[in-house]
Amino acid sequence: MKALHDIVEKLKPHFEKGGRFEKFYRSFEAFETFLFVQGNVTRRGSHIRDAMDMKRTMVHVVIALVPAMLFGMWNVGAQHDQAIGVETGWFDQFLFGLVRVLPLIVVSYVSGLAVEFLFASIRNHEVNEGFLVTGLLIPLIIPVTTPLWMVAVATVFAVIIGKEVFGGTGMNILNPALLARAFLFFAYPSYLSGEVWIDTTLQEGQQLVDGFSGATPLAMLTLGEVVNLPPPGDMFLGTIPGSIGETSTLAVLLGALILVATGVGSLRIMLSVVLGGLLMGTLFNLLAVNVYMEIPPYYHLIMGGFAFGAVFMATDPVSAAQTGTGKYVYGVLIGVITVLIRVLNPAFPEGMMLAILLMNVFAPLIDHYVVQANIRRRLRRLGRARAPIKT
Amino acid sequence: MSEDSTQPTETLFSVKNRKLLTNPLGPENPINVQVLGICSVLAITVQLQTSLVMAISVVAVMGFANVIISLLRKGIPPRIRIIVQLTVIASLVILVDQLLKAFVYDISRQLSVFVGLIITNCIIMGRLEAFALHNKPWPSFLDGIGNAAGYGWVLLAVGFFRELFGSGTLMGYQAIPGFMYDIGYENNGFMILPPMALITVGIIIWVQRYKDRRLIDIS
Repeated sequence: MKALHDIVEKLKPHFEKGGRFEKFYRSFEAFETFLFVQGNVTRRGSHIRDAMDMKRTMVHVVIALVPAMLFGMWNVGAQHDQAIGVETGWFDQFLFGLVRVLPLIVVSYVSGLAVEFLFASIRNHEVNEGFLVTGLLIPLIIPVTTPLWMVAVATVFAVIIGKEVFGGTGMNILNPALLARAFLFFAYPSYLSGEVWIDTTLQEGQQLVDGFSGATPLAMLTLGEVVNLPPPGDMFLGTIPGSIGETSTLAVLLGALILVATGVGSLRIMLSVVLGGLLMGTLFNLLAVNVYMEIPPYYHLIMGGFAFGAVFMATDPVSAAQTGTGKYVYGVLIGVITVLIRVLNPAFPEGMMLAILLMNVFAPLIDHYVVQANIRRRLRRLGRARAPIKT
Repeated sequence: MSEDSTQPTETLFSVKNRKLLTNPLGPENPINVQVLGICSVLAITVQLQTSLVMAISVVAVMGFANVIISLLRKGIPPRIRIIVQLTVIASLVILVDQLLKAFVYDISRQLSVFVGLIITNCIIMGRLEAFALHNKPWPSFLDGIGNAAGYGWVLLAVGFFRELFGSGTLMGYQAIPGFMYDIGYENNGFMILPPMALITVGIIIWVQRYKDRRLIDIS
């Protein structure tokens, strides 16, 4: 540790004002703060600081994502084995998945961080840690078969149009990771829907098993094939086709536990999203006009990206509602709209992405009305308190 | 009128007149700076060809409309000036529409209702109200052409990027070489959808303001 610190201190003068690499100061600073806590102190204003700075917050989310990521890697291998009808053991399956998923993660981080560093240098602000989470979220919400260059294009688009044009980390209206997915979804629809969820690259002598479909539960339901639906236990565990990190509700719940225990994620939003989904699911279940509506409401929670979206996407502290009451409204509406889109719009089998992006846009409006309502309530209370004095 | 007498010996291309032509291209651009006429930018820029035809049509309509209104400006009663302007624009648009139908029928079909909707393009009405009603025909003509050209180049720029990345073609000809598709390149379907036109215009505005800091509104 000491040796590393010495190296950093020795390099520092080159990057400071007047140094040889003055232009790269922000990049250097980013690596320095990544390695060591900075030695500067607050000069004025508040001197008490929470130990939970942005870096720690972001690292907590990354840790919370690890279960979903590891399970996703294993599932990529397991689904592949199922598709070609062989059994290779869980470790080989995990290795297969690791080899397929790791490039996606690397590409997402490299392309996104390149843009971040570029903008930090041009605008002379610090490189924020926000992308550490976004960069891991993006590969987890796309199919494993997505070409690498598409991931790069989508990441660059999301970081520039979703974040930097609004002023960087903390200023974005939409969740950047979801924006990257939405970009892929609309730009290259054939790679983000249909039978793309399972890696079916075959080696010599291998072939797909008979009757292989590779459809996700949501796609089956959209087509009305309820009989082929995997049992709810499988859907909860996550041994089903889907985007890399979203399939396992169990792994996502583990992540939710970490987020809530560390106080990083908002339990309010998570619960109200679930409540909204159940509410709309129950309503459809009571109507039961077609087979899709007849499924038990809790199915909606364990299929597709509902759990992942509720825990990791809807709770994004920047783009979500900020007020307490606002969070309930925001969350419930996400759940309701997700199920609405799933059941009623056959063009979009999964509604989580669109529902969260839509509510991201409405979050400031919700907050505005919550704040206004509070002001009105307090004014009324003030009026009542004064009333006896006047008479 | 007073302004007629204050500048009796104005040459055709004096500095002031040239400004009328060039200002709308940059610092007073009707789309980038005044943010007018956005609807047609979203609607007809999927291909470069339709953008080009639309740009030429608007240049023609605006040039003539400004001259005609400027010639009539002393005879138009202020209370009915809007309807007079509309009549002039509508007549010109019908002329353009008929010409397009006669000579480039395919493009006319693609532009469909948007040729007719040139009538409602806020830029044209705006320039008639703000400029042609108070100025002589020649400056009015320059102002009309200038603003239409300012509208046109943005249209062409957006159309260029949307067709290149959305369809891989330019003016209908294959622009992205075949081997790119062989190594896995795909056309970006998002570019064809209207939101991407909005984002493209946004990026153009961004680049323009980055270069011309005076345009940044810091109020």
